[in-house]
Amino acid sequence: MTPEPFLVVQDLKTHFKTGAGVVRAVDGVSFTLDRGRALGIVGESGSGKSVLSRSIMGLLPGNNVMRSGSVKLDGHELMGLSRSEMRSYWGQTMAMVFQDPMTSLNPVMKIGKQVGEGLRRTLGMSKQDSIETAERLLADVGIPEPARRLNEYPHQLSGGMRQRVTIATALSCGPSLLFADEPTTALDVTVQAQILDLLAAQQHDRNMSMILVTHDLGVVAGRTDEIAVMYAGQIVERAPTASLFANMKMPYTEALMKSIPKLTDKAHTRLDSVGGRPPNLISPPAGCRFAPRCPYASERCLAEQPPLVEAVETPGHYFRCWYPVGSPEYIQAVHRRESLAALAGGS
Amino acid sequence: MAALVGDQTGVVGKAGETATTVSATPKQTGRKHGIGLWLPVAWISVIVVGSMLAPWLPLKPNGKTLGKAGLMPSTKFWLGTDQIGRDIFSRVLWGGRVALAVGVVSVISAMVVGGALGLFAGFYRGRLEAVLNTIVNTLLAFPALVLVLAITAFLGHNLWNIVTAIAIVAIPAFARIAYANTLTVSQREYVLAARSLGAKNSRILFREILPNVVLPLSAFALVVTAVAIVAEAGLAFLGLSIQRPKPSWGSMIDDGRKLLVGKGIWHVTFIPIGVMFLTVLSINLIGDRLQSIIDGRDAKI
Repeated sequence: MTPEPFLVVQDLKTHFKTGAGVVRAVDGVSFTLDRGRALGIVGESGSGKSVLSRSIMGLLPGNNVMRSGSVKLDGHELMGLSRSEMRSYWGQTMAMVFQDPMTSLNPVMKIGKQVGEGLRRTLGMSKQDSIETAERLLADVGIPEPARRLNEYPHQLSGGMRQRVTIATALSCGPSLLFADEPTTALDVTVQAQILDLLAAQQHDRNMSMILVTHDLGVVAGRTDEIAVMYAGQIVERAPTASLFANMKMPYTEALMKSIPKLTDKAHTRLDSVGGRPPNLISPPAGCRFAPRCPYASERCLAEQPPLVEAVETPGHYFRCWYPVGSPEYIQAVHRRESLAALAGGS
Repeated sequence: MAALVGDQTGVVGKAGETATTVSATPKQTGRKHGIGLWLPVAWISVIVVGSMLAPWLPLKPNGKTLGKAGLMPSTKFWLGTDQIGRDIFSRVLWGGRVALAVGVVSVISAMVVGGALGLFAGFYRGRLEAVLNTIVNTLLAFPALVLVLAITAFLGHNLWNIVTAIAIVAIPAFARIAYANTLTVSQREYVLAARSLGAKNSRILFREILPNVVLPLSAFALVVTAVAIVAEAGLAFLGLSIQRPKPSWGSMIDDGRKLLVGKGIWHVTFIPIGVMFLTVLSINLIGDRLQSIIDGRDAKI
């Protein structure tokens, strides 16, 4: 019998009560993550990926949040724990790196204090120890002259440096599960790769599990063991990274892939974009949630919701589609589209 | 006064994201703190030190007739004498104590009380928020002058009652600003980040949120200080602040009116007016400067 995975998320739902109705931001998500592995969660804005990570951590505030399902961490059920019970997990077991280092650091608190805060409060270190540890943490995340930085304020650092500080802060109490919520979206392209490599290196060195949330397939490509693609609050495709890129099943994943510019394209080549907008999460469509935007959708797609099924030829590869990429119906649909396009072009 | 103060909430009520040190070059510092800052600071220092030390300075007694009425400034009476021959210089400094008490004590207590109420209401929301908003709206809708008159009429016209009355009138505005700033600051990611590291509510409130709310609040406090000094003078002018013969700038202005109208002796009225004008102007100038420093730091973040 194989040991139970480190993180088991089962049918997690997170709904928000709003004036307009119930928003199903996360609608029945299940996955597992082993110790020391990295999972990439990819999806466009509003697909529920950020809510998912916050929901797992139990960080969503307010009375209008409804959570159901099960989140098991190292065998312990986290669902239904009170705030103060959750607090013992925050920092030491789970930590999060936020999207925008401009807003995730307190502008009136010195760097040293922010990094050392968790050390002193959560781990009960003395002031002197926390300063020394904070300095070492800053050095770990590649900040030059860490001793001097301790006494500086966030506005004295560049965006990339600030994000390194937030990573140091998140790592300070030695979490075994790190959430990185679009950690590079607010950064310069040149800095993005550095930060991602830093996260991957730290994850490897500390044997942490990591959930990397992003809207960019390119970001997760080389740095995760597994990828889950989210759409409209659901996982629509989940596979080991190599398998996903070699053999994508879901037309949505394919569309995301096509929307990445390629070096071999000529200048001024029009990028493929996914037409339309993500569905309204208050009343999602009855059938496949991607069907209204799917170029290959048939009547069945609009009427019946496909379940998340495992691919026969590649175990461990799950997808949510009636006619996955490569199936006969898919090929037919592509031909149909091509002949329609030819007709339109010929007339 | 509260109506006046209430109108300013929107302007000053900005989240102050700032640090206490800024690595500005010396050149910038020179331009920033020019004569436009030092002159007001110097004037305020003179008024504060002079008034605070009034009992120990070799001043002439402020309540006694010492010479002829309405004498012009001279070496004997530095600022002349008033309508019954009292030394105006001495009375200006003693009157400054009233202005200071109102400007400092009532504003600081209003800031502490209002700030705490706004902070808790903005952080914990829920019922506390509803109760606070109701009280604040009621107080803001109530005519401030009538409220002050009612309080002092009920408690009596002594200095501490005036201070209390003005503090009560100023509390809602501070509560509003603290509340609004707390609402925005609470939504910032660094608050969530602190929480995700296991920080407790009290810690988040006092370490993460409070320092970011105090700055806009203190910039606003300077504005209120100026308004409070004028308000007290207004009450004194109407004879509703501390009672004669104790000096207050407002009652001194009133005292000189008959001389001004009847005999054309201007200085008895205009000296307290000038002193008050310069004091309020200085406070406003310093407040402006503080605000622009906060804004400047805002822009850097």
